[in-house]
Amino acid sequence: MSILNQGIMPTIYIDNKPYEVKAGKNLLEASLSLGFDLPYFCWHPAMGSVGACRQCAIKIFKDEKDTNGKIVMSCMESVKDGLRMSITDSTAQAFRAQIIEWLMTNHPHDCPVCDEGGSCHLQDMTVMTGHDYRRFQFKKRTHINQYLGPLIHHEMNRCIQCYRCVRFYRDYAGGDDLNVFGAHHHVYFGREKDGVLQSPFSGNLAEVCPTGVFTDKTLKKHYTRKWDLTAAPSVCHHCSLGCNIIAGERYGKVRCVVNRYNSSVNGYFLCDKGRYGYEFVNSVNRITEPLIRTLPVEAVDEATLMNHLKDLVTLYPLIGIGSPRASVESNFALMQLVGKENFYQGVSGDTAYLEGRMTDLLQQGTVHSVSLKEIESADAVLVLGEDIWHTAPVMALAVRQSVMKTAAAQATQQNSLAAWHDAAIKELVQEQKGFLANITILSSPLDSISTIAMRNNPDNIARLGFAIAHLLNAGIPAVTSLTEKEMHAAKHIADALLHAQRPVVITGNSCCNEALVKAAFNIVQSLSTPQRKAGISFVFPECNSMGAALMRASSFEAAAERVRTDNNCTAIVLENDLYRHVPAAKADAFLSQCKNLVVMDGLHNRTTEKAHVLIPAATFAEADGTLVNNEGRAQHFYQVFMPVNTHIKESWRWLGEMKTMQAKASNGLQQHPDEWLAKLEITLPQFASIAKVMPPRHFRINGQAIPREPHRYSGRTAMYANLGVSEPKPLQDDDSPLTYTMEGYAGIPPSSMIPYFWAPGWNSGQAVNKYQHEIGAALREENSGICLFASKTGALQFFKDSPEAFVPRPGKHLLLPQYQLFGSGEWSMYSEAISELVPEAAIILSKKDAADLGAVNGTLIIIEKNDFQYRLPLVIHDELCSGIVLASAGFHGMPALPWGSWVKLNV
Amino acid sequence: MERPLTKNIHAGRQPLSLKEYTTTGGYIALQQVLKNNTPQEVQQLVQKSNLKGRGGAGFNTGMKWSFVPMGADAPQPKYLIANADEMEPGTFKDRLLLEGNPHQLIEGMIIAAYAIQANISYVFLRWAYKKAARVLEQSIHEAYEAGWLGQNILGSGFSLNMHLHTGAGRYMCGEETALLNALEGKRATPRAKPPFPQVSGLFGKPTIVNNVETLCCVPHIVNNGAEWFQSLSYSEDSGTKIYGVSGKVNNPGAWELPIGVTMRELIEEHAGGMKKGYRLKGVLPGGASTDFLTEQHLDIKMDFKSVAAAGSRLGTGTMVVMDDATCPVGFVHNLQHFFAQESCGWCTPCREGLPWVEKILLSIEKGEGKQEDIDLLQMHTQLLGPGNTFCALAPGAMEPLQSAIKYFRDDFDRHIREQKCPY
Repeated sequence: MSILNQGIMPTIYIDNKPYEVKAGKNLLEASLSLGFDLPYFCWHPAMGSVGACRQCAIKIFKDEKDTNGKIVMSCMESVKDGLRMSITDSTAQAFRAQIIEWLMTNHPHDCPVCDEGGSCHLQDMTVMTGHDYRRFQFKKRTHINQYLGPLIHHEMNRCIQCYRCVRFYRDYAGGDDLNVFGAHHHVYFGREKDGVLQSPFSGNLAEVCPTGVFTDKTLKKHYTRKWDLTAAPSVCHHCSLGCNIIAGERYGKVRCVVNRYNSSVNGYFLCDKGRYGYEFVNSVNRITEPLIRTLPVEAVDEATLMNHLKDLVTLYPLIGIGSPRASVESNFALMQLVGKENFYQGVSGDTAYLEGRMTDLLQQGTVHSVSLKEIESADAVLVLGEDIWHTAPVMALAVRQSVMKTAAAQATQQNSLAAWHDAAIKELVQEQKGFLANITILSSPLDSISTIAMRNNPDNIARLGFAIAHLLNAGIPAVTSLTEKEMHAAKHIADALLHAQRPVVITGNSCCNEALVKAAFNIVQSLSTPQRKAGISFVFPECNSMGAALMRASSFEAAAERVRTDNNCTAIVLENDLYRHVPAAKADAFLSQCKNLVVMDGLHNRTTEKAHVLIPAATFAEADGTLVNNEGRAQHFYQVFMPVNTHIKESWRWLGEMKTMQAKASNGLQQHPDEWLAKLEITLPQFASIAKVMPPRHFRINGQAIPREPHRYSGRTAMYANLGVSEPKPLQDDDSPLTYTMEGYAGIPPSSMIPYFWAPGWNSGQAVNKYQHEIGAALREENSGICLFASKTGALQFFKDSPEAFVPRPGKHLLLPQYQLFGSGEWSMYSEAISELVPEAAIILSKKDAADLGAVNGTLIIIEKNDFQYRLPLVIHDELCSGIVLASAGFHGMPALPWGSWVKLNV
Repeated sequence: MERPLTKNIHAGRQPLSLKEYTTTGGYIALQQVLKNNTPQEVQQLVQKSNLKGRGGAGFNTGMKWSFVPMGADAPQPKYLIANADEMEPGTFKDRLLLEGNPHQLIEGMIIAAYAIQANISYVFLRWAYKKAARVLEQSIHEAYEAGWLGQNILGSGFSLNMHLHTGAGRYMCGEETALLNALEGKRATPRAKPPFPQVSGLFGKPTIVNNVETLCCVPHIVNNGAEWFQSLSYSEDSGTKIYGVSGKVNNPGAWELPIGVTMRELIEEHAGGMKKGYRLKGVLPGGASTDFLTEQHLDIKMDFKSVAAAGSRLGTGTMVVMDDATCPVGFVHNLQHFFAQESCGWCTPCREGLPWVEKILLSIEKGEGKQEDIDLLQMHTQLLGPGNTFCALAPGAMEPLQSAIKYFRDDFDRHIREQKCPY
């Protein structure tokens, strides 16, 4: 501890050479950080050491004179100043090779037919130790595999018993349906019986498992080896967190998504929606041809389309409807085409208002918008209203880590245990938890680790928030008539936040309640002092909600009003199914009142059905673009593959071409993402610095671009031989420093442009070690995205308008959305695997309200508002407040319901 | 010759009831301690007596207790655990004490708990010891009724609860940290040390795990003093020891004797020598996980240091005698089968190495062995050493194997040469 305090780096001697290393680390971490190749299995940078596999054996010596030394596990020994160790010692080397030989006694020799082959940590470690000759002459033990659901394939015979799967699934992610059974060399990792894995983080097993026991079941359906993938760094499009991913393609199909490490965002893990939601790219529902409603399909070639569009964008007044799921570039390109005053956000007025509010508060700079990494290291967390398990799953995982790490820090303070000593810390910590208050409408899996878990309606949750803020800051008025239980909870929470160094408050707009946002803001602003780094996190609904909100455009309703009075407009709808955002009647009215309706999107939906001109837009995999996540962090995603179908283009490219036709010249117009971003910075100052999110498209390293295809990519000259025997010219990417070749810069590219993690001897994803300057910390020269909000000082304003206590209205219910991790996504539903996991859409009522309606579980309930009607089966939840009705939100084919308004229910 | 632990235990008689125990001087030590001694004084007394752990490791018991954090700031609760998971093959000494005089253990546990100021205690009992379970249950109940257990014992302000926990039948649970995991309801895998259980043990709290025989010595040390305890033995180790002999001897059994009797005295006098027609070929002096000794070692003293000097371990002090009509390869295979099966599956060398060893031995025994098999066996005896594996199970398993190859190499070679078992 004293070494840490003094900031002194201990010196250790590895094979007699001195190295300065970071204090508090173990010898394995130190060795890997220094670039040594030391094999390991059970240790994981995010999960610490348990000393099970014995693979990372080294020798340590008492002093310079000690020539015998003793074998120790490098993952179980702390660095100490003056410590002498050897990696190359022949006994240690022989022991490491022996570990592999032991593991291989039972491991099947099925690499050629194993999905892990070519990206297998076990293969890498086997080669690294030099073991190559089998002396074990007996039969291997065998196991029966299990059905684990649509996401994970199970092949237990390959298991090397490193215990990583259960440590991740149970300890790290809080799941309880995967376990280890049996003993000795029959230990079995699986479920008690066949069945779907229940954790929404189960897909990480495929990456955590060092071999092919748990593999990606969706990849299996269209399998491609890692070395045959054309891959690019991308950003997940399935929620607002912006987890970094790598997507891989072959033969025009996205084959898989794997984690892309970003120390500030998702670290090592993804949620299952992010990992498996990619299949919509390959969907038969894709829009593949441009369509002009008045012409036969075959008559629409590029020239016809462009001529037609030329008329539409030059002869009529234009309005543009943007999209919270389209990139910053595409939204901005639309704004440039139609003019700032004619550009509208493609979301309802209520949503636009609330998102605008949240964006304003962050932009003001008096509260700090926290990264996922900061949430992980928070020492007290308050969740107000937002059901983050379903709306921001990786944030829920980060909150879990905060709770565990805080407890560990408290326990180890007294016992001077090193932070990496996972098993010992768990023994010490036992059931102790860090502070988490989860105040939501319905229960959540986070409740099991919450200090306080309370259920209430959004207004009353906001009131609790105001009460907490009042306790922290007397300048904020007290909330009257709280229940004793609420008062007690407010005191407990205020006290915990006050005693924390890094408290975080989380809310969002899924409760459709502004008071929650105000309450969270009040609390965090009250907590923020130079000594205490308090943070706030607002969860947004879509991957670029924040980017769209930052453009400060009017909402959809304003556009609707516009076309109602001016029926000569050409409306361009960008990647947006309006029926998901506004009631069908409003969408119908708008779409029918447009003189010309141009819709650009990736997949068919109710809005595209109405298009007069339909333009196929590239999905994330076929596009470059930038998203702004919920934190205000801009991150760039790169095109994974160039579609053979040349009709499929990025929206910003289509819009740029339209702009060229409109301006009758291309001079000075933007054609590439870097140009769009540069222009955006100038046009909208709130996006200042966003252009730094990517290097200029001409960026080269030693004159070389960064290859999307690894050096082992196979079949380049053969894969299209059925179409023509001459090798086609490689596709040209003019938009980014990435290329569609195997040739190019072979070293480690800048962190935001890593198309795959691969290093000599490290073929699996564990190669990420080589991309970090320190194991588990930032990538080398990490560009973890551009944060658009800077902290500013100024007079602190607080909200003083705490809402009135919620009063149920006779004969009415307040309708609120209930999001489901699997089900609420617009596009993840097109992944066959995910669609299998979607629960039935339902409405939820309290027992009392259900009884009043004379309804039981399963009764079809009709939601009515004005002329609108929608019917769903009932599920009764005891804990739901009376007067509230929840309905599944954003399910496939479901219209937008009148969220946040009072509706009438009928049986 | 004094036999403090077993003088009141007689074969074929019911265990001592609470009343019988008290009439033979039971619970006097406890009263004495609670009335007159501080916990530190008890620790010092036991440390001075040089009582060493009877579970096999032979660590000074008082010293072990002294590592427990004491005083008002110490984490609470603290735990005292009697390790009664006697599963070492060939070992049956604790059973004698458990079934014969349960209150002796209970009193020892209460004094030990007092010495470390633990308020919760467990007896972790081997699954198969059904009779001991019944006896202990009854005796703990009696002790509660009599006020020896529970709140504010004898008005001393010291409280102790005691629970009987019967294991699920794993050898691994005898390892103290695996025992703790099992007691917590987790898989019986060992824990890394440090941190030691004295600091972070059961449920993360300071915990002492002592062997049954060790704890049974404690009341007698309190009653008679450290010097008396030291004077009991024939060697530098103090006290008596329950020695056992099994195998083809005339009178197999267990006897409480001064520490330091010779192996010869044990086998020839107490066990009545080898049965007619059998010659002694080898001895596992302290249970299945100790190295073989042979006839040449019969005159060594059975204490911790002397047995170690001869290349083995005193272990539990209960020896297994191998006669000349038993095939050493088959004998060792049997042991390795046990150890491979009882591996918890946590660390690679033990989990994968032991089944390999077992399979090789079986193939040699069946007459399918190859000369290089000996190299493989020797490789395992070297690489499954302490430090290489997570706990002591596999190193213990290698002890009889490495010494069998050393002393009975001819037998191994003959199996391979003749491609059959010559026995």
